[in-house]
Amino acid sequence: MGKRNKFELWTVISIVLLLLFILVLVYPMFGILRQAVYDADGNLTLGNFSKFFAKKYYTNTILNSFKSTICVTVISLIIGTVLSYFYSFYALKGAKLIFVVSILCCMSAPFLGALSWIMLLGRNGVVTKFFKTVFGIKLGSIYGFKGILLVQCLKYYPLVFIYMNGAFRNVDNTLLEASANMGCTGVKRFFKIILQLSMPTLLAAALMVFMQAFADFGTPMIIGEGYRTFPVEIYSQYLGENGRDYGFAAAISVIAILITAVVFFIQQFATNKFRFSISALHPVEKKKAKGAGGFFMHLYAYLLIFLGFAPNLYIIYLSFVNSDGAVFKTGFSFNNYKLAAKKLLARSITNTVWYGVISLAIIILVSVIVAYLIVRRSNPVNHAIDTMSMLPYIMPGAVVGIALVMAFGAKPFALTGTVAIMILNFVVRRMPYTIRSASACLMQISPSIEEAAISLGASKAKTFAWITVPMMSSGIISGAILSWVAIVTELSGSIILYNNKTITLTMSTYVNINRGNYGIACAFAAILQVVTIISLLIYIKISKSEDNISL
Amino acid sequence: MSVEIKIQHALKKYGENTIIPDLSLDIRPGEFFTLLGPSGCGKTTLLRMIAGFNSIEGGDFYFGEKRINDLDPSKRNIGMVFQNYAIFPHYTVRKNVEFGLKNRHLPKEEIAKKTDEFLKLMQIDQLADRMPDRLSGGQQQRVALARALCISPDVLLMDEPLSNLDAKLRVEMRTVIKNIQHDVGITCVYVTHDQEEAMAVSDRIAVMNAGVIQHVGNPKNIYQRPANVFVATFIGRTNMLNGKLCMENGKTMLNINGYSAELLTVADEYKADQEVQISVRPEELLLNRDENAYGMKGTVQDAVFLGLNTHYFVKLDSGEDVEIIQESSIEDTLSQGARISLTVNTDKVNVFLADGSKNILTGVKNDLEV
Repeated sequence: MGKRNKFELWTVISIVLLLLFILVLVYPMFGILRQAVYDADGNLTLGNFSKFFAKKYYTNTILNSFKSTICVTVISLIIGTVLSYFYSFYALKGAKLIFVVSILCCMSAPFLGALSWIMLLGRNGVVTKFFKTVFGIKLGSIYGFKGILLVQCLKYYPLVFIYMNGAFRNVDNTLLEASANMGCTGVKRFFKIILQLSMPTLLAAALMVFMQAFADFGTPMIIGEGYRTFPVEIYSQYLGENGRDYGFAAAISVIAILITAVVFFIQQFATNKFRFSISALHPVEKKKAKGAGGFFMHLYAYLLIFLGFAPNLYIIYLSFVNSDGAVFKTGFSFNNYKLAAKKLLARSITNTVWYGVISLAIIILVSVIVAYLIVRRSNPVNHAIDTMSMLPYIMPGAVVGIALVMAFGAKPFALTGTVAIMILNFVVRRMPYTIRSASACLMQISPSIEEAAISLGASKAKTFAWITVPMMSSGIISGAILSWVAIVTELSGSIILYNNKTITLTMSTYVNINRGNYGIACAFAAILQVVTIISLLIYIKISKSEDNISL
Repeated sequence: MSVEIKIQHALKKYGENTIIPDLSLDIRPGEFFTLLGPSGCGKTTLLRMIAGFNSIEGGDFYFGEKRINDLDPSKRNIGMVFQNYAIFPHYTVRKNVEFGLKNRHLPKEEIAKKTDEFLKLMQIDQLADRMPDRLSGGQQQRVALARALCISPDVLLMDEPLSNLDAKLRVEMRTVIKNIQHDVGITCVYVTHDQEEAMAVSDRIAVMNAGVIQHVGNPKNIYQRPANVFVATFIGRTNMLNGKLCMENGKTMLNINGYSAELLTVADEYKADQEVQISVRPEELLLNRDENAYGMKGTVQDAVFLGLNTHYFVKLDSGEDVEIIQESSIEDTLSQGARISLTVNTDKVNVFLADGSKNILTGVKNDLEV
């Protein structure tokens, strides 16, 4: 089409985005690497790494993280897949409720589960006390590995459930009939046909759970106690009481990135082995869940969603119970809220809303443009943008936080403690997900619709604004709500970056848990919960059909 | 307002892959011109080069006197109808149709007037305020046509516009398309792989294969005097037989497996003894129930009664399989194993050079070679 088009608007946008991504994604990552391998005098050294691997104290954090993350991944996959199987192949009563509650569970702030379970099963927990006084039974400690396992499994099985629903829904009924014809039914058919067909989704769910559980900072910090995991170690090396060691924190971050990257590539490799697409022409007809089996299925489903969601409600309940520090007393009042108001409640709320809205606006704008570049204008520059946009996938939140401080803390940026760095953190952490969902949405739209607009005399810019973006809007809006929830509940990056001025609801909650002000923490958490729940209900309302739900 | 489309030495490459090596074509003003060919033959590619959605690696494209190679697609003044209709799903029918007019910054009253005119013309005026998801396929296609036509384009391009409709609607819509094109008098380029559809709507057809135009002509000519073996086999059904041309006493005789008949239609320059390929359409084979009558001998393998016609599948004694279509008669249908003899309607058969590259009869009209 001649040389004229080489300098069109989209090329300029591509180059600007490329530079921007290099600045905010690649540069901080290299900053971490540089910090890890240079000592204070600027000499190249592997000292930080050898220090890490020399001491069991440190290497244990890897093993601990691996142990808990792998257990959580496996258990979540099993219970989530089983629940999804019941849900997808049998007509359960209250199926809609199971679905909605699952979404609420998996998008709520991870560490709130930890807080709630401590209130229930901790040293002074209600359930612990109840068993002690009524039966004289001493329940084992919830702290440490068991607690992490409990909280994270209950947090992540709904994620698996929602992923697998999508896969099971695409299983064609005729395939099941065909396999029955050839004598393969029941459990055998589940493993040989249904599960195999759903393998790409299962692997995707496994990766999601692994990445999130591995990077989860709040849960092990609150309920882990002596059980030290990776993200906690990064944080304590960075801001620790035993003196700050940036180089060492950076080295641990590099190891963390390497591990997640390896897991990511193993997952990609495994997924490639199951590369087939299915689309059900004859959806599976849900069977009635009758008899003992039916009873068991209902029991299983309701018990799971109860365990998953009850802690969230319990926190809201506790926020109205009188308290003194870590101890809850009898009687109800708004005292916790009143005390919270003295502890930056107003500022936390306004900050949360403002940061959320601004981050969201940036994320949507950039994601839509990037999705368009990736899907409609494939070229090496846009391919590079695509690859770079995936980087935050493999960077645990704490690592993103540290990377941003190291990259932009010093002059010429000097962004430490500013609103800008908080927003940058939210944008960087959430953007890959929004780019994925926006580009998936755009791929569904036939290019000929845009060509039709152009052939009718609309310029390319006009076509993008009037045709492409409006057609993507439903996907963008639902993706935006999920991003909003993720931003509002973001902890592991903010904890490195926040200060008193830029404190958010999530941070306030965490700070008060840390100080032992459980009552106040519950007040903050309750507000956070209500914001999340309302946002998600709007999301479910907008998405309408289950097919549109993507997390 | 109808324009001529002139394409000279068009070249299309995807990387190292040449899709269209060297294609020249003249499309006359106001004609309904169809690009017909198997999938992957480059017909849609060519259409999209005219529209401006595919780059042009070489050659020149003209609308009338205007060279359009470097003209932005939005400035070519084309109306385009897509296979999937490409209706804007977030606009009502009326807004869809208005879209092109608005881009031309016409006064409001004129936009409304023109929109109404074309909604009425396509008989969708009562659907004006509906959203596209509440339209049937046929209705969507009418919207797409109204939208493409109301901007008074120089040319109308259609890319397999009927392939997503069911058989009955397809027949209905092709009549609609043909009539509208005729009424508006616009130059129209139509892409399809359905030869019956092409025959039904076109003034002229270009049969394409592997990026090369094989034959340009009117439907009758393409069917009755195909330019080469590809066209003969692609358009309609045919039996390909090997035979010989022999000059005997000044007569041109056609020999097929011992059966011999005089051919009056061979062009002078090809009147010489030679091997040939013969295309005999099923209706051009005449079946004689008497095995001993003069002709090629064969055995009935299968017979299919289809009401108006009966199809026979016959194995010739020379080993070739042929298909014969006969108007159904009141006599019993021949059963499997019946011995028959076949002659050929020599007015209608087509004879090609041994390599199949050229029809050697008179009466072949291939505009490509003019």
